[in-house]
Amino acid sequence: MSAVRVMGAETEYGIHAPAQPGANATWLSAQVVNAYAHTTGQRSAGGGEARWDYSDEDPLADARGWSVPRHAAHPSQLTDAPRYSEPTALTAAQIAQEDAGEDSPDGEDQDDAAPSALMMNLVLGNGARLYVDHAHPEYSSPEVTNPRDAVIWDAAGDQVALAAVRWIAQNTSLPQVNLYKNNTDNKAVSYGSHENYLMPRSVPFGHIVSGLTPFFVTRPVVCGAGRVGLGQDGAGAGFQLSARADFFETEVGLETTIRRPIINTRDEPHATADKYRRLHVIVGDANLSQSANYLKFGTTALVLDLIEQGLAPVAEIHEPVEALHAVSHDVSLTQKMRLTDGRRLTALEVQWLYFEAAAQQAHRSGADSTPGGDGHTAAVLQAWEQVLTGLGRGVDQVSRTVEWAAKLSLIQQYRARDSLNWSDPRVGLIDLQWSDVRPEKGLYYRLLQRNRMDTVVSEGEIAAAVGNPPTDTRAYFRGRAISQFGPQVAGASWDSVIFELPQYRRLRRVATREPLRGTQKLTGELFDRHQDVEGFLEELLRSPS
Amino acid sequence: MAGQEYKKTSERDEENAQTPPSDPAVAPAAAQTHAATEETDDLLDEIDGVLESNAEEFVRGFVQKGGQ
Repeated sequence: MSAVRVMGAETEYGIHAPAQPGANATWLSAQVVNAYAHTTGQRSAGGGEARWDYSDEDPLADARGWSVPRHAAHPSQLTDAPRYSEPTALTAAQIAQEDAGEDSPDGEDQDDAAPSALMMNLVLGNGARLYVDHAHPEYSSPEVTNPRDAVIWDAAGDQVALAAVRWIAQNTSLPQVNLYKNNTDNKAVSYGSHENYLMPRSVPFGHIVSGLTPFFVTRPVVCGAGRVGLGQDGAGAGFQLSARADFFETEVGLETTIRRPIINTRDEPHATADKYRRLHVIVGDANLSQSANYLKFGTTALVLDLIEQGLAPVAEIHEPVEALHAVSHDVSLTQKMRLTDGRRLTALEVQWLYFEAAAQQAHRSGADSTPGGDGHTAAVLQAWEQVLTGLGRGVDQVSRTVEWAAKLSLIQQYRARDSLNWSDPRVGLIDLQWSDVRPEKGLYYRLLQRNRMDTVVSEGEIAAAVGNPPTDTRAYFRGRAISQFGPQVAGASWDSVIFELPQYRRLRRVATREPLRGTQKLTGELFDRHQDVEGFLEELLRSPS
Repeated sequence: MAGQEYKKTSERDEENAQTPPSDPAVAPAAAQTHAATEETDDLLDEIDGVLESNAEEFVRGFVQKGGQ
């Protein structure tokens, strides 16, 4: 029983140019990617853009054992095509054309890059991917091995987003661009923040569905980000725990943009396929609260371990989609949901069932002991128990940790002062601006500044993670390859790095299909020994590992 | 003697905080509450300054295209 597991976060940011509300979202998103490339100097580095290697992507593979034919898939599902934006979106060439009139802002010569083409994809020195996904900039964190690191490298993404916003703000030829770490525009559109967890393929998918669904239905009480407005378009007056819940319409499925399922079956392991599956979780909220984000990854990792060991509590919920909506809409946390065995439990009680099963198993295995444990399980269990206990006592007990409670508490104080009702635009604006990535504008950051939010990690750890990869996964190899040999990296993906050497006629593709290889321990000295890529590759490809 | 009385009052207040105490012994708590209220007022004032001007237009203008 352990919270230690390979995991990663994906965040699609809301994007808005207030002075140009009609601006093309794909173009704006590309400006964000481009801006960040400028701040890191990646454009000026020879080839500049490390292209994404799509050869191992398979978005139509379903974990239940079949594959959707391409012609039957919704266009937004074809995420393995370099350009899969909606038909109304600009093509890369059109975007390049639109951008062609712009002078290079820092006077840099852009001769060798395709004529001022906008970058749509970057692989970062910290092992992350920053790219244009549909009509949003997305930061996909590097693979990490524990929930604490998940918080660090996800928060590093917020700093990447901030750096891009700052760069654009200084560039007078571009409209000001704001980025929001949220999940909806409150006008019926949602965009995701996904979690990924590595699991052994041997676990039957049916066990994952039955073990995870009750947990996901009730998880918003712990890690919901809070939302003003009820229903997909937010037209209903009120507040709910989860920003994403109302956008879920089915229990299990392959889609991520339509008919969103509580359990997503996309089966792209990005690793040795007969050994692993990558569980792609789309039901979570984007979190700014570090405690909420920590618990989101930590408790889910524990529950996956319970499922793998066949120890998940049995709590089959009657009509889970409706129950998810009801949980999210129940700020009092008192409403009971019906289980198929006749029990009636609150969301909090279901969470306690999972907590108790995990705590019991961790105790049995010794993983929960502070010295001698794995260094993470005990801390996750403690934080989980504290939050569940606090939630049972009242919202004000958890307003430093639980994100929806913090947001609700702020809004209630604001509403009380000015006698505002829920549909007042200022209330909606507080919800939106909660997630502005700029610390001077983002209301979460204003509370953090006033020491009203608990933290899990330090600012220094986040700052270091902007430029450095985790040391204990293959992200180390990817990130260090970009940092050290960027101009010679022609492409990369989760499970490959492609080097391009002038004297070779062929590209050299280095597969990284084992997430726990390519670590600092295994490759750090190799990187240290070689300042030129030829020698590096020669030794790497010669060695038996 | 006075000390004992003070202790009793304080315990009773903790157990069932009912009537607002006029005892000087609980003044620190009242001061704390007052400070918290001031801090909240200050926070809300700050937020007034941070919020984008013209809330209605700003919120209406925040229109996103679909994502995953």
